[in-house]
Amino acid sequence: MRGQEARDQAQRKAVMATLAQSTGDDIVRLWNEAGLPSEAELLRGPETGLVTVRGRIGGGGAPFNVGEATVTRATVRLASGQVGHCYALGRDRQKAKLAAIADALWQDPALRREVETKLIAPLQAALASARERRRAETAATKVDFFTMVRGED
Amino acid sequence: MYVAVKGGEAAIANAHALLADRRRGDRSVPALRLDQIVEQLALGVDRVMSEGSLYDRELAALAIVQARGDMIEAIFLVRAYRTTLPRFGYTKAIDTGAMLVERRVSATYKDLPGGQLLGPTFDYTHRLLDPELAAGRDVAEPQQRASEAEAMPRVSAILAREGLIEPDGDMPQDHVPGDITREPLEFPMARDIRLQALSRGDEGFLLALGYSTQRGYARNHPFVGEVRIGEVELELDVAELPFAVPLGSVRVTECQMVNQFKGSAKAPPQFTRGYGLVFGQSERKAMAMALCDRALRASEFGEDVVAAAQDEEFVISHSDNVQATGFVEHLKLPHYVDFQAELDLVRRMRAEHDARENAGKAEEKREAAE
Repeated sequence: MRGQEARDQAQRKAVMATLAQSTGDDIVRLWNEAGLPSEAELLRGPETGLVTVRGRIGGGGAPFNVGEATVTRATVRLASGQVGHCYALGRDRQKAKLAAIADALWQDPALRREVETKLIAPLQAALASARERRRAETAATKVDFFTMVRGED
Repeated sequence: MYVAVKGGEAAIANAHALLADRRRGDRSVPALRLDQIVEQLALGVDRVMSEGSLYDRELAALAIVQARGDMIEAIFLVRAYRTTLPRFGYTKAIDTGAMLVERRVSATYKDLPGGQLLGPTFDYTHRLLDPELAAGRDVAEPQQRASEAEAMPRVSAILAREGLIEPDGDMPQDHVPGDITREPLEFPMARDIRLQALSRGDEGFLLALGYSTQRGYARNHPFVGEVRIGEVELELDVAELPFAVPLGSVRVTECQMVNQFKGSAKAPPQFTRGYGLVFGQSERKAMAMALCDRALRASEFGEDVVAAAQDEEFVISHSDNVQATGFVEHLKLPHYVDFQAELDLVRRMRAEHDARENAGKAEEKREAAE
């Protein structure tokens, strides 16, 4: 059971990561296409605040504060009782609210599959392809060194 | 002493209306949209985020427009906005080793795991103005190259294997990272606090100081071990969830400067390091920060503090351009009463001076006559 719980948490975290990385426009578009329910009681927010971003001295040493970033968060409760949260960089309140509802819906075993296939999977695919394109564009600028042979041997 | 003087309300209101008009400029020219600034003046946006110490591209773009392109004014606007928001906490420390790299070069190793990736760089351009850009020519899609995802360890880790470089900077186990946005500056300061101040410091100021170290004022033989630019993921521990919540990604630039060190009574000969980490794409700033970080560690290595770049109080107290511009620019605000007081003082001193001169001349005349 403990293993199952850890797997669930890892999956939920991955869902929240996908929602946080995606744009509000993409989430709204897929939400409307999927016809997912968007009624929920707002327990908190959506509200915008700051987080202080930390780095590490030398890359891997002691932590230090680099600067701040805007984050918008929301917490919602569904009629069925599930409570969902969202924290995402930026100031998109509608995105934060929908992402919190998505987190709550995902926790409902009856709806998890639908949320995953109609919302999370397409978002993940879009993110993965954007990441892959960026990687390939960077890879095209990789320096291939070659040795010049001078004179005769 | 301050004495309240009223007046100028209408002049101020009209000046602000005139500012709004001049900011907009010729109405027959389309107004800038924020997304145009975010996309096409991206490095300006990055500078405002870095020195404004707030990662939010749209807000930085808004600040740039509102400030008519005056970067320090834009940075000031962003700093002021920050103070209006509640704080949700400190993120977990980012892992630059896991970065989605967009550029990564090393001047110390030709062949290194992950390779040299030039990315979108101005390096090797001819610095010739491009008339085609002015004509709004279409831009081709960039090349792509299929390749396996490769691990890209930090260069410092490669040198560390031989034990020839000092480790990443550690602090005592129970050390809580200092935060200059919460506590006033105190000298001497720990390296973590110095790095926070440098990361939001003025690019021009840090660049000049870094340059001064290269020209012989606190010379420390630097090499760029590595510069990397790319996106890193942020996570935040929150009370309501049993795991760190993912927030999304930010783009940062990291510089590992490697410096020669001949050793001291306390440490064997080895390479030492300066570190730079800033928001956005700005390797000039990250490199300057790393040079300053290393110079400011002089006393740690028993080096003589002889140059401005090594003087912690001098560097950190003057690196913040919002503070600097506030104090310099306040000089133009009304100082009528202060000035009147000084005017009275100078008049009195001048009268006393003249009286002494006249008395001296009268004395000389009398002596000459006698």
